[in-house]
Amino acid sequence: MIAAAIWFLAHNTLENMRVRGIQSGFGFLTQPAGFDIGESAFAFDSGDAYWKAFLVGLSNTLRAALVGIVLTTILGTLIGIGRLSRNVLVRGLCTGYVELFRNIPVLIQLLMWYFVLNEWLPPVADALHPLPGVFLSKSGMSFPVPEWEQGHVVSLAGFAMGIVVAWLYRRWARAAFEKTGVARPMVWPALLIAVLGGLLGWLAGGAPTALEMPVRNDLNVSGGGAVTPEFLAVTLGLTIYTASFVAEIVRSGIQSVPWGQTEAAGALGLSRAQALKLVLLPQALRVIIPPLTNQYLNLTKNSSLAVAVGYPDLVSISNTTLNQTGRAVECITILMAVYLTLSLVTAALMNWYNARSAIKER
Amino acid sequence: MDTALRPPVIARPAPTRHVGLLARLRKSLFSDWKNALATIVVVALLVRWVPEFYNWAVVRSVTQPDNDACRALDHAGACWGVIAEKYRLILFGRYPFDEQWRPLVATLLMVAMLVASCTRVLWSRWLVAAWIAVLAIFFVLMRGGVAGLTPVETARWGGVPLTMLLSTLSIAAGFPIAVLVALGRRSHLPAIRSMCIVYVELIRGVPLISVLFMASFMFPLFMPPGITVDVLVRVLVGITLFSAAYLAEVVRGGLQAIPKGQHEAAAAMGLSYWQTQRKIILPQALRMVVPSIMNSFISTFKDTSLVTIVSLYDLTGSLALALGGDANWRQFYLEGYLFIAAIYWGFCFAMSRYSQWVERRLNVANAH
Repeated sequence: MIAAAIWFLAHNTLENMRVRGIQSGFGFLTQPAGFDIGESAFAFDSGDAYWKAFLVGLSNTLRAALVGIVLTTILGTLIGIGRLSRNVLVRGLCTGYVELFRNIPVLIQLLMWYFVLNEWLPPVADALHPLPGVFLSKSGMSFPVPEWEQGHVVSLAGFAMGIVVAWLYRRWARAAFEKTGVARPMVWPALLIAVLGGLLGWLAGGAPTALEMPVRNDLNVSGGGAVTPEFLAVTLGLTIYTASFVAEIVRSGIQSVPWGQTEAAGALGLSRAQALKLVLLPQALRVIIPPLTNQYLNLTKNSSLAVAVGYPDLVSISNTTLNQTGRAVECITILMAVYLTLSLVTAALMNWYNARSAIKER
Repeated sequence: MDTALRPPVIARPAPTRHVGLLARLRKSLFSDWKNALATIVVVALLVRWVPEFYNWAVVRSVTQPDNDACRALDHAGACWGVIAEKYRLILFGRYPFDEQWRPLVATLLMVAMLVASCTRVLWSRWLVAAWIAVLAIFFVLMRGGVAGLTPVETARWGGVPLTMLLSTLSIAAGFPIAVLVALGRRSHLPAIRSMCIVYVELIRGVPLISVLFMASFMFPLFMPPGITVDVLVRVLVGITLFSAAYLAEVVRGGLQAIPKGQHEAAAAMGLSYWQTQRKIILPQALRMVVPSIMNSFISTFKDTSLVTIVSLYDLTGSLALALGGDANWRQFYLEGYLFIAAIYWGFCFAMSRYSQWVERRLNVANAH
């Protein structure tokens, strides 16, 4: 029955394509795209092939999603903890934030931020200048970036070596703990070693400090790093929306650890920090991590709404391609396959983590 | 005597009474220096921004539909006049102006029905019949063509009635599908099980917008030649299939929480598979996941805003329709967004409060 249904649909599709003169196949991917893309992680012009345009779209999607995920984790955690504060003002403010932003569709929030950035910010000629080197205007945000020099390679190498040494230290400390029972701090020394490695590399590389500062001219702001208002609107909207969900996850995760655990840790003589690190956090994280990953996936999928504000993400590129070539089936298949791959990879990582951190029952 | 040498324990002072508003506030706001700092920071922020917002939204605002006055403000105050000027276009989209009492009545009927469905005393078989009747009246009112009503094609439907229609129908149609798929995922037949898994994982792995693109661009290709399906129906099918996949996972969570003994006991009583599911398993499983089901409903309601991207004029789309084409009012989009955001927020907040109430009731029922 299922096979018959699939055959029926496939037959109809082929018939329709024949009637409407639609060509099929992925051959079009190597043809020149013929459209420009506003922002791109690498050089792209309208003569480049469609597959390259799709790559630009994917990189833009991932860029917005990654920045959004980092910001939303920070903001969401702060607000989630704030909802458990003793201070009635902090608690009320955080509760208000969650109730306000999670009940408004994310699309409207994106459109609203985009409109506010576009309409309310000054034109680029008199851009806002809140911090030295940072310009904010209708045309986006410019900020200083370090100038690329040989020394940066050395400091990166130093940092990498520091990480290796830190890992070795942790291994040694753990082995020593198993053998002698002397507990050594594991987190701070390891972090210190890694940072120190980077610092030594930076000094060895001649301590490059040059920053490329954006400069305001009469007509525009040039130099430095820059992001477009579209990118700002997308990351701002996604971050603020998703943070309200992350806050709820963090709050319920912390609340899921029974108060008796805190008391028991205190009765065993653990300090507050030790209790938090050894007893409370491991249990709370087990509850927090799976839904948190779900929110990261949601954020990535919601970044597809960027098409509504004209940010050239994967959806926007495939929409343009679809309109130009008429290959609906192929374009939507590529779109779905990419998102599906992202989701399945994340789900696989998640399952691996879950299997590792699940309560060991015998 | 030995005991006489020991000094008597000095009586401690009575504990200070921490009652009264002032003492409670002091304990909550200034218990130590960190707490006090947080209080000061929050108060400073509130003092800085609340009056500013109040001035913008109320004091300096223009409520009359007066374009010149609004432009003279130059965003120093809110121009609520844009709502007064355009509210009918925003609320009802491109529906013919003289006939707009029809979507109004239809929407009010739908809202009344939703409120009735949330009222405990009205839960009975009659509710289902009432729903069918209300949906039929809704369609007749919107579509017209009978009883002297002018016909209005679906392409001109828009605004709040469209949002209500899309969310209600996709939830109503998605729920049975979700239950079937959730049962299918636990089926012993490999073909059914793997099909359900593929369906759920496929849909949950892609964004709704790609499903909507599929509904509007690819769906026509799937149909036999000569048959065209209304774009509204296609989008409705897309949203339904999408929300059903998420709902199916919620229902499956409830099914998994039912102990095996329930199945075995039902089998021992001689109940068939469908009898077991209908009378034993599903009532317990669904009750367990009521809050998650409500959350799913809320996100479906919010998701209907995405149909704007495939050119349907729901509440979000009709705002763009109302303001986008009018150069005089285009700069007051923000006020328009705030207006529709308030409408969405009202619906979603009411739903989430209702779900909390249901949850408390169920907990009370379980405790006894």
